[in-house]
Amino acid sequence: MSTPDSKDFVARVGSDQRKSPVRVAFVTRRTSAQVKAHDESIVQSFPEVLFRAAIAVQVLACILVLISLFFNAPLEGLADASHTPNPAKAPWYFLGLQELLHYFPPVVAGVLVPTLVVLALIVIPYFNINIEAEGLFAKDRDKRLKIFWAVSIAFCIFLIIFDVIVALVPTVITVALMALAATTPANSPSAFRRSLAAKPLSFWIMSWFLFELVVLTAVGTLFRGPGWSWVWPWSGPGGVK
Amino acid sequence: MTTFNKYFDELRETKVWRSVFRGGTGKSTLRNSMAIQQNVFLHLLSTKVRKRMLEFNATWYLGTLTLGTFGILVITGILLMLYYHPSVPQAYADTKDLQFVVSSGQFLRNLHRWSAHAMVFLVFAHMFRVFYRGAYRPPREFNWVIGVVLLLVTLLLSYTGYLLPWDQLAFWAITVGSNIASAVPLMGDKVRFLMLGGHFVNANALLRFYVLHCMILPLAALFFVAIHFWRIRKDGGLYARHSEPDVVMTTAPARPPL
Repeated sequence: MSTPDSKDFVARVGSDQRKSPVRVAFVTRRTSAQVKAHDESIVQSFPEVLFRAAIAVQVLACILVLISLFFNAPLEGLADASHTPNPAKAPWYFLGLQELLHYFPPVVAGVLVPTLVVLALIVIPYFNINIEAEGLFAKDRDKRLKIFWAVSIAFCIFLIIFDVIVALVPTVITVALMALAATTPANSPSAFRRSLAAKPLSFWIMSWFLFELVVLTAVGTLFRGPGWSWVWPWSGPGGVK
Repeated sequence: MTTFNKYFDELRETKVWRSVFRGGTGKSTLRNSMAIQQNVFLHLLSTKVRKRMLEFNATWYLGTLTLGTFGILVITGILLMLYYHPSVPQAYADTKDLQFVVSSGQFLRNLHRWSAHAMVFLVFAHMFRVFYRGAYRPPREFNWVIGVVLLLVTLLLSYTGYLLPWDQLAFWAITVGSNIASAVPLMGDKVRFLMLGGHFVNANALLRFYVLHCMILPLAALFFVAIHFWRIRKDGGLYARHSEPDVVMTTAPARPPL
């Protein structure tokens, strides 16, 4: 911005600070003042936020109390080291890992995978590619497509070799959606496809992880019976505990 | 109601009340701000919040609800501790007593158990929600890391609590889990020994898990929750899309020549 040659403003005194701010800023050549599109309406944390939070927690407490009145926590017989139940299951949030233990050696499924997941979660905000949030195939399309197909096919072959069909299904579905995103033209009439095409790499990885997490946990919880064999949840005892 | 309010306002004007609550009385914006700022617990929060961040859709209140489950768990957990001995086989007998002898014992245990499951679920839901909103972006990256730590603390809290009833479900779930620990390269057996206080799940393991569950992990959770909330304020409040630039520069732009 440069100083206007002729005055195109009127200097006056006002008491409304929003209309006539008293702050003075020097705007130099390479930067420009950030312009806010609109004023945000702001509320006080006390009482607005605290009361809403209290109500939210009370609703939650009511729901949990109702559940606790009607459903009893499980309690089985006294712990007995000489009598192994079949199957012996970990808590539900670890059943995804236990499902992986069925296919891979413990050092991979029990140590390597969880360590990598935690590290991956920690580093998410430290990579610019996750910050910029640009469509995965928006730039360097050909190069990125090559990498995408190479990684996807190699990973699917890896899962097939280890016979991990349970993890293969979510992977194939995710890859199919990514391929759909890659082939979507910028002027596609479908809003769904345009939104897919705008998704960055981090979105795809996280959604794939969420998909795998849900599927593996559900399979471990509902579909695994004696000897970790496949059972249908409606086929009677031996399934859900 | 107005009579009640009148008396309450009068109560708040008394010398004793004002000696306890530093915020003072009145309904002005200043007083409302001071109610947050001048309180040792509430000053972790921002005094003001963007109005649209209060809408249910903005956050689904998942963080708040997670803290709510933690509160329920602390209260029910303390009550359960009054009836529980972390020893073998007394632990199992105590759990049975909670079910059949203690007044509302079954309800107390149910509420603790289901709240624990709810907390694990809500922590995961909170994490994915924050991710999909892009709220992990600078300057909030470290708060995201604190959140990952809190996820791990929550999982450990739930996992250590799983052993305490000392029934078959508990014993074998922990056996399965601790076998994974022995897969750690080079020092797997040592890690497992440290975790269980022995080579298999026994009375020592129960005592260790009890101490972790009732003392160390809740304190760790409180410590990180405090930082987590304080960082929300310090990092500019709840992330509101469109109020901030979509693309945040992570490196400062070159200093313009003066």
